[in-house]
Amino acid sequence: MKKQNLLLLLGVIVLGLIPLFTVKPAHEGDEIFGGADGQAEGVITEIRPDYKPWFAPFWEPPSGEIESLLFGLQAAIGAGAVAFCLGYYRGRRSAAKPADAALG
Amino acid sequence: MHIMEGYLPVGHAVGWSLASAPFLAWGIKNLTRQLREQPESRLVLGASGGFAFVLSALKIPSVTGSCSHPTGVGLGAILFGPATMSVLGFVVLLFQALLLAHGGLTTLGANTFSMAIVGSFVAYGIYRGGAAMKLPGNLSIFLAATLGDLTTYVVTSLQLALAFPDPVTGFAGSAAKFLGIFAVTQIPLAISEGLLTVLVMNLLRSHAGEQIAQLVPALKGGAR
Repeated sequence: MKKQNLLLLLGVIVLGLIPLFTVKPAHEGDEIFGGADGQAEGVITEIRPDYKPWFAPFWEPPSGEIESLLFGLQAAIGAGAVAFCLGYYRGRRSAAKPADAALG
Repeated sequence: MHIMEGYLPVGHAVGWSLASAPFLAWGIKNLTRQLREQPESRLVLGASGGFAFVLSALKIPSVTGSCSHPTGVGLGAILFGPATMSVLGFVVLLFQALLLAHGGLTTLGANTFSMAIVGSFVAYGIYRGGAAMKLPGNLSIFLAATLGDLTTYVVTSLQLALAFPDPVTGFAGSAAKFLGIFAVTQIPLAISEGLLTVLVMNLLRSHAGEQIAQLVPALKGGAR
């Protein structure tokens, strides 16, 4: 099980790394790895050049830094919840069976 | 898969909200019953919501040269059923719409439909189908999470094509364009989500095996 988990993790890391090495900008200096959501916005404008968004967010992160702060916060909250749950049950089980805990 | 604020015509915005509402109502009913009948399952429920929070915050580069994010709804859909997971997915989308200006309130119905509802139901259906066909448990979990993720992005593309048909090639031409952006980018990310879902399910089963077996008896034991 431990070995399978390591392989799964390795697979995720490799899948994330491949594009960083294989994808090159079409023209030097072009920005790559923009968001797909933003590209879709571009296609909408292409199909319906006259379309104007009819509603704007009440609040937008004032800068890219603040936005990445909030995304980081979202990930941290989520990871915290997963880790709390796993830690709780792991701890409860080793408390119930002290011999297991001693063996690690 | 986040359709941005204001980028769906009013009729579509209202339509998708109405389409999502009954699923959310069903999910809230299931969720309250779940917490009343098995209050001890709330930690695993929190972990399922947490998993969706993490995964939908991670923008990962893809082979198409753009970035997108997984959804993380497959895990909770398998453990708690698709309606309940729809509610958790909705909470994630609401958080992003209000605090991150990612997605939006007018597009919340459409985004909820694609990610929280279709994603959950497809993942759950594939997991159950895999179990009925006696596929290895982890393979069913992998396929469920991967295809649930991918279907979400297909639905987003179709929603956009429906709202913005190409003036010449119509719905189909427009769908091809949006699918080219969303679905192709998503393939490696969907595979990553499948792998991560199996990983977290393995961890949950080896540390909280009894809890998981109570939720889905088929997931009892095995993960050692």
